[in-house]
Amino acid sequence: MSQTLAILHGIWTQFRSIGMIFMHSFRPRNVISYPEVKPPVPPRYRGRIVLTRDPDGDERCVACNLCAVACPVGCISLQKAERPEDGRWYPEFFRINFSRCIFCGLCEEACPTNAIQLTPDYELCEYDRQNLVYEKEHLQIAGPGKYHDYNFYRVAGMSITGKGKGQALNEDAPIDVKSLLP
Amino acid sequence: MFERIQELLSPVVLAAIWAACKAIIILLTLVVSAAWMIWLERRLLALWQDRYGPNRVGPFGLGQVIADMIKIFFKEDWMPPFVDKFTFVLAPFLAMMFMMLAFALIPITPNWGVFAPDLGMLLFFAIAGLAVYAVMLGGWSSNSKYSLLGGLRSTAQTISYEVFMGISLMGIVAQAGTFNLREIVLWQEQHIWFVIPQFFGFLVWCLAGIAVTHRTPFDLPEAESELAAGYHTEYSGMKFGMFFVGEYVGIVMVSGLTTALFFGGWDGPFSEHVPFLWFAIKCFIFMSGFILLRAALPRPRYDHMMSFAWKICLPLSLINLLATAGIMLWAGN
Amino acid sequence: MVEFAFYVASTVALFSTVMVVVNTHPVHALLYLVLSLLSVAMVFFTLGAPFAGALEVIVYAGAIMVLFVFVVMMLNLGRKTVEQERAWLKASGWIGPLVLSLILLVQLVLVLAPMSHLTPAGTQIIDAKTIGIALFGPYLLAVELASTLLLAGLVAAYHLGRHED
Repeated sequence: MSQTLAILHGIWTQFRSIGMIFMHSFRPRNVISYPEVKPPVPPRYRGRIVLTRDPDGDERCVACNLCAVACPVGCISLQKAERPEDGRWYPEFFRINFSRCIFCGLCEEACPTNAIQLTPDYELCEYDRQNLVYEKEHLQIAGPGKYHDYNFYRVAGMSITGKGKGQALNEDAPIDVKSLLP
Repeated sequence: MFERIQELLSPVVLAAIWAACKAIIILLTLVVSAAWMIWLERRLLALWQDRYGPNRVGPFGLGQVIADMIKIFFKEDWMPPFVDKFTFVLAPFLAMMFMMLAFALIPITPNWGVFAPDLGMLLFFAIAGLAVYAVMLGGWSSNSKYSLLGGLRSTAQTISYEVFMGISLMGIVAQAGTFNLREIVLWQEQHIWFVIPQFFGFLVWCLAGIAVTHRTPFDLPEAESELAAGYHTEYSGMKFGMFFVGEYVGIVMVSGLTTALFFGGWDGPFSEHVPFLWFAIKCFIFMSGFILLRAALPRPRYDHMMSFAWKICLPLSLINLLATAGIMLWAGN
Repeated sequence: MVEFAFYVASTVALFSTVMVVVNTHPVHALLYLVLSLLSVAMVFFTLGAPFAGALEVIVYAGAIMVLFVFVVMMLNLGRKTVEQERAWLKASGWIGPLVLSLILLVQLVLVLAPMSHLTPAGTQIIDAKTIGIALFGPYLLAVELASTLLLAGLVAAYHLGRHED
């Protein structure tokens, strides 16, 4: 008897789920027509990588290589150079292979100067794989990205032309180690 | 010369030519509707899953089928080196051929239908029985474990479900007094649609029809999650396409048979003016029902399915046949 | 027309049956056997027994042969079996049975030839109703005996397939 009831109950649940699925005909669609309608993307979405600039317009990257070290797939390569006129460091070339990049954002975390940032642009398709290798001119953008006021050389102790030791923001004057005074 | 032609075109010959033309038209309609059934399935599944489905190629995405066909024609038709060549090529042809052959038995309108032999229903059982070979040989000749398991599952499943598919329809045969499908439809036109007196037969027939066409929830021979694709794992290109379209031809065929056997075929209001419309509407409802089942139900475990077949469906259909016969004898006296 | 179909079907039946015996690949041989059964069904049709023909296809080609193929598929026979079969198909193996069965054939022809009173087949169509009346009329006892035998087989199969626990 209980077995018969179980069978009948099973049949009933099957019909119930069929009916429930059928009622979905009258529900609104849960998807959007993508190329015409773009999905809303959060501002901190991890998409295409860019190199940002200071508020002054100089490039932020100091070619410290921390991003290249942090990158788990090793898709970043760069070379340090020094600007002769003011002593600022900058990358001689900066190359990201987006066919390897997994958009994990570890480079952004590692960057001490907020130079490398991930943006909400996710449309990166190319017909030729070579075109996915982005050079510095493709990565560099004109603005400061997510951090508008940050300027590395103003807060760091590194001396460049026009800003000596101890002249950075909130920085004490350098201690004269040859003096015995406290 | 002209007289010779006129002599050749005697009424008998003309009738034969016209019958052949009808058969070809029915065949083409069947294949085309089976192909567009793929589109219908994708759209309806999408509807019930709150998606859109293919809507890019042509109006409502109707051209998607053409695009898919072009793609599948130009795909590399690769044959793995370890297969049994003859059987490997034979299987997809059988898959499509038997299903199309079975459709020839279905009476569509009072004047349309390929042929209506006196043993129509038995011929249908014969064709359905032979249709197992397609899946089975496809599975075996692929020489891979997944395919073989798919073939074995399909064989056991089809054989078990054929048994009571036959028995479930015997009530109809007993009531209508004929195996001829056209006469069964005519009987329903005069009396009552068989779905009412033969309701349990109808239930069992539905289950068996789904099992014979290997559709969800009885698609264990091609269970994607367990067997990679079952019996057609090793197939590609047009050979795979024939298995694929064959499945949809099977759906159209089973829907047509359900219409003819249980829902009075072309019968309906104003059916003397628009018989085909009624047939098409009823077929369409059953085809959508197949898709709704696929959207709604999960796949059962294999032993559950087999025990369901033998322990519930077989007794149900036997009791149905016995009760039909008893009532007919009682009413006859 | 019907005669022509009869001769074609019987030729196919003979050829495919010979191929069943000669073919070294077990599955291919079974496929020929299916073909042979189908052509025998066609012979039944041409002889005016469509019910017997349809049953032949449903029961033999559609169910029993499927189980044969099923079992052979599971045995995982490879190239080795084909070679073994080829070795067994030597002339010394089949010449004896062939001669003996030829003698039987000659005997059969000699016995059947003088019987001119046999009724020609295909003159009347034996449909399902005729068969039903014959089965449950004059041959009722045979049907009951056969069903008892089948019931015994069913019970035995159920017993063998039962789990011990």
